Amino acid sequence: MSDMNPSARNTPAAASVATAPPMVLAEQVSKSFGSNEVLKSISLEVKRGEVMCLVGPSGSGKSTFLRCINHLEVLSAGRLSVDGELIGYREANGKLYEMAPKEAARQRRDIGMVFQRFNLFPHMTALQNVMEAPIRVKGLPKAQVEQTARALLARVGLAERAEYYPAHLSGGQQQRVAIARALAMEPKLMLFDEPTSALDPELVGEVLDVMKGLAKSGMTMIVVTHEMGFAKEVADSLVFMDGGVVVEAGDPDEILTNPQHRRTQAFLSKVL
Amino acid sequence: MSTTNPKPTGGATLPPTEPAHSVPIKAIKLRHPWRMVFAILLVLVFVSVLVDAAFRPAYDWPAVGTYLFDRRISQAAVVTLQLTVYSMVIAIILGVILAVMRLSPNPVVKSLAWFYLWVFRGTPVYVQLTIWGLISLIYSTIDIGIPFMDPWVSFSTNAALSTFTIAIIGLALNEAAYMAEIVRAGLLAVDPGQEEAATALGMSWSQTMTRVILPQSMRVIIPPTGNEVISMLKTTSLVTAVPFSFELFTRSRDISAETFNPIPLLIVASIWYLFFTSILMVGQYFLEKRFARGVGDRQDDKKDLGTGTGVVTGVVPVVGSGQPTVIVPPTIKPKTTPPTNPGGQS
Ligand SMILES: Nc1ncnc2c1ncn2[C@@H]1O[C@H](COP(=O)(O)OP(=O)(O)O)[C@@H](O)[C@H]1O
Ligand SMILES: [Mg+2]
Repeated sequence: MSDMNPSARNTPAAASVATAPPMVLAEQVSKSFGSNEVLKSISLEVKRGEVMCLVGPSGSGKSTFLRCINHLEVLSAGRLSVDGELIGYREANGKLYEMAPKEAARQRRDIGMVFQRFNLFPHMTALQNVMEAPIRVKGLPKAQVEQTARALLARVGLAERAEYYPAHLSGGQQQRVAIARALAMEPKLMLFDEPTSALDPELVGEVLDVMKGLAKSGMTMIVVTHEMGFAKEVADSLVFMDGGVVVEAGDPDEILTNPQHRRTQAFLSKVL
Repeated sequence: MSTTNPKPTGGATLPPTEPAHSVPIKAIKLRHPWRMVFAILLVLVFVSVLVDAAFRPAYDWPAVGTYLFDRRISQAAVVTLQLTVYSMVIAIILGVILAVMRLSPNPVVKSLAWFYLWVFRGTPVYVQLTIWGLISLIYSTIDIGIPFMDPWVSFSTNAALSTFTIAIIGLALNEAAYMAEIVRAGLLAVDPGQEEAATALGMSWSQTMTRVILPQSMRVIIPPTGNEVISMLKTTSLVTAVPFSFELFTRSRDISAETFNPIPLLIVASIWYLFFTSILMVGQYFLEKRFARGVGDRQDDKKDLGTGTGVVTGVVPVVGSGQPTVIVPPTIKPKTTPPTNPGGQS
C-alpha cells in the first residue's frame, strides 16, 4: 500500500530521493523463446524522472524488453525491479515465489504502455477508452474519472474529440488518445514501443510533442524509437541494442555524434 | 435556358477555391438483353407454379386457412419458440464457457472442452435426444451430495425432469458444441493487441474478456449464431425422439393423422416456421448494427462527425489487419482541433 502513491515518497525532497531505488533496475535479464535467446543478460538502470531511449535494429529484442518490464513476458533469467519492487515475483527468505495474476495486474497499473499500433479499444469512444481502466481497475467513481479523462484528453490536444470512435480519428490522434489512456492510471513509469512508427510522417510531430511535454513534467519514460531527433532533444540516456545485448549505452549526444561500436555506427548511418 | 451562368449575377461571388462543376457523363447504358429474357422466363415459371398450386385440390387451401390459427397449432408454435429460445440461451452461455476453456492455457481444462465437442458434435442430435429421453431408465434418481456417500437430497428423475426440460437439455447440450466453435472463432478474430493493451492497463483476465474481447468478437459471432438459431428452430421438430410431442411439427402430424389430410397441415407448419425465421432475421439485423459500433457505423455517427466541418469529406478509411486508421489530409484539418499542447503541464 505504501507504494501506491509515488508522489508521497517524493515529498521529503532531497533526503528520500537520494536513497530512493532507481525506477527501473534490470540485472542480467535474459529471455528465451524456446531455444531462441532474445535477450542476453541485459543490465540497465533508469532513474526516477529520467527518459531513456532504446534504439536498435528490428528483432534486437527492444519490444521484448519492454514487455518484460510490465510482465507481459516472463523472464528466463535475471531480476527486474520497478521502483524497488521485484516484477512478477515475491521474495521471501531468499526464495522467489511466482506472483498470482492479480498481483501482477496490480504492478501493471503503475506502468503505462503505449504501442506501435495504438491498440485503442475500437468499440469505445476516445473518452470511454481513457475512462475504462480507472473505473474497472481502480474502481473510482465515474463522475470523477470522466473529469480527469476529459482533462487528459485536453492535455493531449483532443478535448474536442472525446466522443469520437478510434476509427474516426487519425493515427496521430489515436496515439495521443492511447497516451491519455495510459496516463489515466497515473503511472509512475511509461513505456513507449515505437509510438510513431505506424504514423504518416506529417503526424509524427504531434505525438512527439505530447511525449516531450510528458518528459518535461517529470515522467520516467523508456522510449523505443527510431526518431533520433527526439532522442537527442529529450533523452537523458540512450541505449543501443543489437542481437539481444546492450551494445552501447550512455549520453545520447555522445553516442549519436561519436558512436564507439561498429554495430552502432552501422545502425546510425542507416537511420540518421 | 437551363444552362448555369458562370458569371455571378448578384453581389456575391463564388469563392475562388470552388472548382468548376464537372459535366455529368451522358452515355447510353450498356444493355443486357439476355438477362432480361432470363428474368422474364423465371417469373413466368414461378407464376404458373403459383397459379397451378392455387387450384390444385391436394393443397386444400381452405383447410390451410382453418388450421393456420387452430388453437392446438398456435400453442404448438409457442412451444416451438420456447424450445428454441431456452435451448439457444443455454447453448450460448455454455458455448462461451467451452470456447474460453478451449483457449485456456491449462491442458486439463482444454482437453475437457475438446472431449465435450468430440462427443456432442460426433453423434447425431436425434440419437442424443433419444438417449436423453431414456435418462430415467439409466439414472432413476438424481442425488445431490458427496459421491459414494449418502446423498443429501434425492429426486426421482421422472419427477424432476419433464419431457419439455429433457428436450431443452438435449437440444442445448448438442448446440453448445457448435456455439463453442463459433465463439472461439470470434475470440480468435480479435487483434491480440487488444488483450495486450487491456492487460497492460492492469485489467484482470475476466475484465479483459468481458469488456474488451467479447464485445469485439460479437461482430464475428452474431451472423453464424443467427444461422444457428434458425437451424435450432427447425431442429426442435426432432424432440419427438424424447418423446415430446407438443411442438409444431409433431403436433401438425398428430392432427393430420386424425384428419387423413397431411399436406395442408405441413403447409401450416411451414408458414409458422417461416414467420418465426423472418422475425429472427430482423432481430439479427438490429443486433449486428448494435455491435458494429465504432467500426461499421461511419454513416450513423451524425453526432460524432457533425462538429468537424469539412472533415467528413476528407476522411479516407485505411483498414489494415484489424486496426482501422483514418487519415485526415492536413489541408482540411478541422478548425475544432486545437493545436497540440507541447508543454503538457502537470
Ligand atoms: N512471442 C514470441 N514467441 C517467439 N519469438 C518471439 C516472440 N516475441 C518475439 N520473438 C522474437 O524475439 C526477437 C525479438 O523481437 P522483438 O523484441 O519484437 O524485437 P524488436 O522490438 O527489437 O524489433 C525476434 O526474433 C522475434 O522473432
Ligand atoms: Mg518491436
